[in-house]
Amino acid sequence: MYAPLITKPGSSLERKTGSWRTNLRPKFLQKDCIACRLCYLICPEGCISGKEKNTFISDYNYCKGCGLCAGVCPKDDIEMVPEGETK
Amino acid sequence: MKEFLEGSRTVARTVRLCRPGVIAAYPITPQTHIVEDLAQMVADGELDSQFINVESEHSAASVVLGAVAAGVRAFSATSSQGLLLMAEVIFNIAGMRLPLVIVNANRAVSAPINIWNDHQDSVTVRDAGILQFYAENNQEVADLVLLAYRVGEDPKISLPALVCMDGYILTHGHEVVDIPEQKQVDKFLPEFQPVVKLDPENPETMGYLGTPEIYMETRYALQETMLEALEVITSASQEFERIFGRALPPFYEAYKLEDAERAIVAMGSVAGTIKEVVDEMRQEGQKVGLLKLITYRPFPADALYEALENVPEIAVLEKAISMGAFGPVYTDLKASFQGKEAAPKISGFVIGLGGRDVSKDSIRRVFEELRGPQTPAKFMDVKTELVTA
Ligand code: SF4
Ligand code: SF4
Repeated sequence: MYAPLITKPGSSLERKTGSWRTNLRPKFLQKDCIACRLCYLICPEGCISGKEKNTFISDYNYCKGCGLCAGVCPKDDIEMVPEGETK
Repeated sequence: MKEFLEGSRTVARTVRLCRPGVIAAYPITPQTHIVEDLAQMVADGELDSQFINVESEHSAASVVLGAVAAGVRAFSATSSQGLLLMAEVIFNIAGMRLPLVIVNANRAVSAPINIWNDHQDSVTVRDAGILQFYAENNQEVADLVLLAYRVGEDPKISLPALVCMDGYILTHGHEVVDIPEQKQVDKFLPEFQPVVKLDPENPETMGYLGTPEIYMETRYALQETMLEALEVITSASQEFERIFGRALPPFYEAYKLEDAERAIVAMGSVAGTIKEVVDEMRQEGQKVGLLKLITYRPFPADALYEALENVPEIAVLEKAISMGAFGPVYTDLKASFQGKEAAPKISGFVIGLGGRDVSKDSIRRVFEELRGPQTPAKFMDVKTELVTA
């Protein structure tokens, strides 16, 4: 008998691990972004996407709230906000 | 062909016939002769295999894990501390459903350091999802290596197997063994067809994160597969007899058990001594018998129940103990009889730890003890005067 132990690559997408996030999450202000992509590069979860200036976002289904993106952003365009804050 | 061979050499010769593509092991007493021989065979070009030297048993187990994951038949051997160092990897091998065979030269576990025989090492990894077989003699070790590959590689099972042989008693003992022909082995053990393998053309992920949503199903599948293995072991043992012309009982060997009033249940080489005592006591008119347990995982609970239900008094003789509880086989056997009507009186005895000789006299005394009150985990031949309170 087999369970779905062995899967095709990419199965990490099926495991939504964002619920493990610490109580802060990154808020992409999308104001001063210069599209340097440093946040995209540093994110250990690989869950940041974006191409043009002021389009970068994090996928909260996977983001762990580590804050690395906010720390690396040269334009301070990412802010760590408490979970639940919508503004 | 019949030959007079050392146990370790018997294993090496049998493994060669199984054509493993990768062998990785770390030397440890009393297992070393096995991999020493295999290394020599590879160096001499008698065995077309990659022999990978590693710096520890953890690495050895990891290398064979990788080899089987890539679709190659693999072999390793170890003992005692080495098996315990492999333990973490063995759980992974089982969880990833990778069939391979490890021969364990049963040896006591430290501390104090002790290189002699008991079963504490292998029973300690009983919960990993690895099949476990125990041999009485060198012929049985060889036969069980073949059986272990066959059952483990069955696509319904796809699990690793541990073949246990008593350190020194078997590894370093010489016996006449019948080493089969290559074409017989090829018939019994066709080329390894992995259920899944790592293949760049058709990528797979193995052992990746199992969140609470799926992890439990993977464990359930392991348990169910272990139980399914009971059937596969039965059919493989029938096929074994067809091809090799000698019997290899699937779960246990019953020795003068039919009308026995008292019986010992034991694993490994001690069965040989017990058989002698049974013969002697039978001549004296005492109805005693032996059940030699070969398959320990999966635990053949139903088969053992049927074999033993009419024996009023049973002694489980073990070279291991779960500290603070009982002998592991005793616990399993008691559980198999739990709630059954007119269940036998089952007593547990711990014997022969760390190479303490198990004499015919000790066995006789175990049979005598059975006449007394039930004992859950009685240490036999222990010099209590050496231990201070
Ligand atoms: S907080 Fe950490 S995990 Fe989340 S998007 Fe930023 S870098 Fe990635
Ligand atoms: S690090 Fe800051 S500026 Fe650079 S792409 Fe990310 S959000 Fe934009």
